[in-house]
Amino acid sequence: MIQMLLEIQRDNRWLPKPAVVRLSKRLGIPTNQIYHIATFYKAFSLTPQGRHSVSVCLGTACHVRGAPRLLERATDALHIGPGETSTDMKFTLSTVNCLGCCALGPVIVVDGKYYGNPSAKEIERVIASCD
Amino acid sequence: MARLRSPADLAGIRQQVLSQRGEKRYIAINASGTCGLAYGSDQVFQAFVAEIERQGLTEQACARATGCLGFCENSPIVIIFPDDICYFRVKPSDVPEIVSKTILGKELVNRLLYKDGKGKRIVHEGKIPFYKHQSRIVFGNNRLIDPKSIDDYIALGGYSTLAKALFEMSPEEVVETVKRANLRGRGGGGFPTGKKWETTRNAPGETKYVIVNADEGDPGAYMDRSLLEGNPHSVLEGLVIGAYAIGSHEGYIYVRQEYPLAIENLFIALNQAREYGLLGKNILGSGFNFDVTIHRGAGAFVSGESSALMTAIEGKVGEPRPKYTRTAVSGIWERPSNLNNVETWATVPLIISKGADWFTSIGTAGSKGTKIFSLVGKVNNTGLVEVPMGMTLREIIYDIGGGIRYGKEFKAVQTGGPSGGCLPESLLDIPVDFDELTKVGSMMGSGGMIVMDEDNCMVDVARYFLAFLAEESCGKCIPCREGIKQMLNILNRICDGQGRTGDIDLLEELSEVVRDASLCALGTTAPNPVLSTIRYFRDEYEAHIKERRCPAGVCKALISYYIQPERCQACQICLRECPVGAITGGKNLLHVIDQDKCTKCGTCLEVCPPRFAAVLILSGEPVPAAPPQGTKVERTKGTQQ
Repeated sequence: MIQMLLEIQRDNRWLPKPAVVRLSKRLGIPTNQIYHIATFYKAFSLTPQGRHSVSVCLGTACHVRGAPRLLERATDALHIGPGETSTDMKFTLSTVNCLGCCALGPVIVVDGKYYGNPSAKEIERVIASCD
Repeated sequence: MARLRSPADLAGIRQQVLSQRGEKRYIAINASGTCGLAYGSDQVFQAFVAEIERQGLTEQACARATGCLGFCENSPIVIIFPDDICYFRVKPSDVPEIVSKTILGKELVNRLLYKDGKGKRIVHEGKIPFYKHQSRIVFGNNRLIDPKSIDDYIALGGYSTLAKALFEMSPEEVVETVKRANLRGRGGGGFPTGKKWETTRNAPGETKYVIVNADEGDPGAYMDRSLLEGNPHSVLEGLVIGAYAIGSHEGYIYVRQEYPLAIENLFIALNQAREYGLLGKNILGSGFNFDVTIHRGAGAFVSGESSALMTAIEGKVGEPRPKYTRTAVSGIWERPSNLNNVETWATVPLIISKGADWFTSIGTAGSKGTKIFSLVGKVNNTGLVEVPMGMTLREIIYDIGGGIRYGKEFKAVQTGGPSGGCLPESLLDIPVDFDELTKVGSMMGSGGMIVMDEDNCMVDVARYFLAFLAEESCGKCIPCREGIKQMLNILNRICDGQGRTGDIDLLEELSEVVRDASLCALGTTAPNPVLSTIRYFRDEYEAHIKERRCPAGVCKALISYYIQPERCQACQICLRECPVGAITGGKNLLHVIDQDKCTKCGTCLEVCPPRFAAVLILSGEPVPAAPPQGTKVERTKGTQQ
């Protein structure tokens, strides 16, 4: 089931309630059990996500190299806090615990592209290039 | 692709691949690894393919997209075989020159060679200090393999060890060899692998499972990702050998979904192995059946714990359960299940192929073989390093890592991820193995090694780990759920300058409870970051509590930024960059930070040109009164704007 939920999450960028209800009927598993799983794992979100995802790595290696400041910069540039989505549904800002690119740190990932230790200007440029 | 029906078929395919290659020169580019891709290695790879085509050299040379080559921060890395010429930070525009000079001629492109600390250029990969001190027996093949090609792996003799195990050894002999090799789990626990295999083998029940734990959740460790991305067949071969030894016909690979490239390369590897008949029914005509399913983890640190991982594979919430019966006896669907880490599985074929004696000749008395570490943080050379067990921390950090960045002072090295501890300078000469690290209050863990310098606050680091663990604790048992939370509260208080006398004792007391009473390893090891920092850096805790001072200048509530009037040259950079407009001043006028407006983001310190170095972090002392507004700066000679 986790694998199916991952597919739904990938296609919709979140788990819409109708999809969960349909899954529950098809598998014969109560929705509360599905939600039990969906709320436990970080990969699932129960609210719609923005078209562009911006995630800041807060892994240890990034942390010691200044990830908290990078997160602040991203927050300033997007005007949303971590875990939030902008009202125009354009961006979602999230934090992750380690992307395994520690040599690059601190890392920010915008729509699957990695940027190592970007300056405030660079972040603004990357964000502006998203439409 | 033809199905291989015997070891002879496998040898035949290998000969075929080798003869097709002939004398070709191979150009390895780390374009199949996440780090490489982040640095644009794929463009360099494409440029090589196009340039070789353009110059009509397809018979003489071939570009190969390999996985991680270890020295990530110098990506894109290009290694030319068999000459072993190594170029760093190659740009697509450099490619025509490399092809014309180095591939066609015998010339080197000097500017792309590695430059050592003294400015000397080094040509060969094996001579570069970062690589010279390593022994890359598990990780080294990455540079010779395109992970998307099973033929590359077979050309290196891949799967011949599987053939050896299936046709020349009994399952008991395989288990016995691994036991004699004294291989210990690379995931962190260090449990003897052979013993675990034996337990599962002897456990009652027909159906048994073997599992690869690739839920590499430790922040700061990424060797499993690099192995799966760069050499997935080595893990698979180990897994099949293990399955044969244990008597299992079904396997699982649990990979974090945060590693999309590893999942992609694994899927390709599985399909290729199936087509060749190296997975599935009647493997290599031996009569042994085995197949593997990939399970993507959905992001939960605790699910890397063995029993939690198994419940996750069952499709449930990945929480650990009490292990009165070991998972080796009762795991997935209460059947015997043997779980090992990626690195452990990848080591198995080497042991079976070269023998237990060879393996035990490497390492220390209690820990054999090599271990891959991710050497990251404030060192000059960051990357993945594989060293024999027993090498000292100092050798790893200074000889391989090249010491601390920007000539700063070493403060601590953190090993073992959130379950490990921080070790000070005085312990740098201990040999790194499972037992030694545990003795000093840290642990091997999965091999993260995060180096910290004088600018890192140890209380803040302890707080960071506890915040991570508090978020990742599944909440099933109370000591872990509540204990970590309370410890985090205390640490937050200390970092915010509200620390009370007795807080350190309270932390130690809570640590004991959490350590002794938690259900799984997440809880029992959670106090390690706190206890080790108290043990070795107690003075920093005391400075925070008693003097309201953060010696490293990290904890925001305890620091202030200050522009030294005698150094400020009124260049207006900080004035423009300050995000909250807290800096006053102007052309030729001294810049002053308004402490009430300042959010302590540190931008001014970062942008102040190093030749002025006017911005200071003050902690535990009052900020000197600002000079009257409009004071003109005194120009230092030679720094006129």
